[in-house]
Amino acid sequence: MIEFQNVTKVYPSQNRAALENVDLTVNKGEFVFLVGPSGSGKSSFLRLILREERPNDGRILVAGNDLARLTNWKVPAMRRKIGCVFQDFRLLPSKTVEQNVAFALEVIGKPRRFIRRVVPEVLDLVGLEGKHDRMPDQLSGGEQQRVAMARAFVNRPMILLADEPTGNIDPATSIGIMKVLDRINRTGTTVVMATHDAAIVDSMRKRVIELEYGKVVRDQNRGVYGQAY
Amino acid sequence: MRSNFVFQEIWVGLRRNLTMTMALIVVVAISLSLLGTGLLFVKQVDRTRTYWQSQVEISVYLCYKGDISPNCHGAATTAQQQGLQSRLQAMPQVEKVTYVTQQQAYTLFKSAMSNEQSLVSTVTATELPPSLEVKLRNPSADYQIVSSAVTGAPGVDSVIDEMTILEKFYNLLNGLRNAVIVVALILVVAAVLLVANTIRLSAFNRRRETGIMRLVGASNFYIQLPFLLEGVIAGLFGWVIAAALLVGVKSLLLNNLQQYFSYNVGLSMADLVEVIVFAMIVGVALCGVTAFVTLRRYLRV
Repeated sequence: MIEFQNVTKVYPSQNRAALENVDLTVNKGEFVFLVGPSGSGKSSFLRLILREERPNDGRILVAGNDLARLTNWKVPAMRRKIGCVFQDFRLLPSKTVEQNVAFALEVIGKPRRFIRRVVPEVLDLVGLEGKHDRMPDQLSGGEQQRVAMARAFVNRPMILLADEPTGNIDPATSIGIMKVLDRINRTGTTVVMATHDAAIVDSMRKRVIELEYGKVVRDQNRGVYGQAY
Repeated sequence: MRSNFVFQEIWVGLRRNLTMTMALIVVVAISLSLLGTGLLFVKQVDRTRTYWQSQVEISVYLCYKGDISPNCHGAATTAQQQGLQSRLQAMPQVEKVTYVTQQQAYTLFKSAMSNEQSLVSTVTATELPPSLEVKLRNPSADYQIVSSAVTGAPGVDSVIDEMTILEKFYNLLNGLRNAVIVVALILVVAAVLLVANTIRLSAFNRRRETGIMRLVGASNFYIQLPFLLEGVIAGLFGWVIAAALLVGVKSLLLNNLQQYFSYNVGLSMADLVEVIVFAMIVGVALCGVTAFVTLRRYLRV
């Protein structure tokens, strides 16, 4: 589903590579934790998948697309196969929960009837029953992140990227968020989650990829946050 | 394509930076109306010129009894008059020569000055010179050759070629037109900068929305269209105001100017419509292209 072949990314005006010779494959339906200290290249990894950045070297394949060969006007179609969740939720404060989720479908031109049907479904899936008409500022952090996840998942993407989704949320609420991510993963969606949260990684026992100074230093199935040996 | 969604976005965008939008509309309106006024002037001058060039004549004023001009020593004789007439007639540039007697001149004067009765009453038929009215084949090219041929000939008081008088008038109109167009162009530049700034502000105001749109895979077209249309709609509003101003310019300024001349070569409604349509194309293209170029810079994929 996601394939990095010797990918190197160097940002201009920086002498150290953000990612160096990263070579890995994430299969369809996998759940992967991306761990490592700040500045280790986790965000660059995610941005490369979204083609917000392009690698200096190497090849990236996402959902069957070779990103280097993807023309600009085909990028939106590729991004429709990817959902995104961020630490800061990125909801629109002037829209209700329901409108926030519907927005993601409106802007890709889905018919209104379709939107009216799927938005409540996905809001129920993330556990926001009865809160469809709330405004984002009337919700707790955990609930806001659920809205963001509903928005990311409403178009049934093949891949869900989560950049520290529990970073702004207390541990108890984080468990709920992780349950939703797990539920999304069980529908066959590949999930890649960058995180600092050791407790979560340890409890989930999924594949762990650890980055350090832009290099993959560990790639372990059913891994934990810290070194297991 | 969800059109009502796009229009909702445009409406939100226009309302959010209302002051900027209003400034934009006003500047577009003024620049377009000045541009249009310039074009109306061009048309008016062209029309007048064509009209006059078909009408223009060289008037060879002959001496008459009681003439106080230093060129004259008594009235021109019939022989002199006929000699001049046949000489002019023989020139290849001349189409027709007509002799206008003092009495005929008086009749023409009376009809031309019919609304200036006080002037008519002070003039009698014997005070107006008889003349040879020379009609040229190609007035703008030949008037100097013909007029110099008869200037100073015996029996000739003075030669008035109307082209010389008209040139001054044209120069005035051309100067006016150029001034209007220069100011219009400066304002067009101001309008372009304002469109760019408005779009930039609008894009900044909605960076959250556009950010999400990009992430969920909205097409560039879908992301940019509301901004593009925002510019175009502001341009259209400006154009509507400009159109009203242009109608005013035509009906008040140009038509009033018309009254001072004893000919009638006013601009038709069709001319006005043509200028207004041209202004619309310029306005929409101006706003659309500027918005598009600005968006390329501020809304990258």
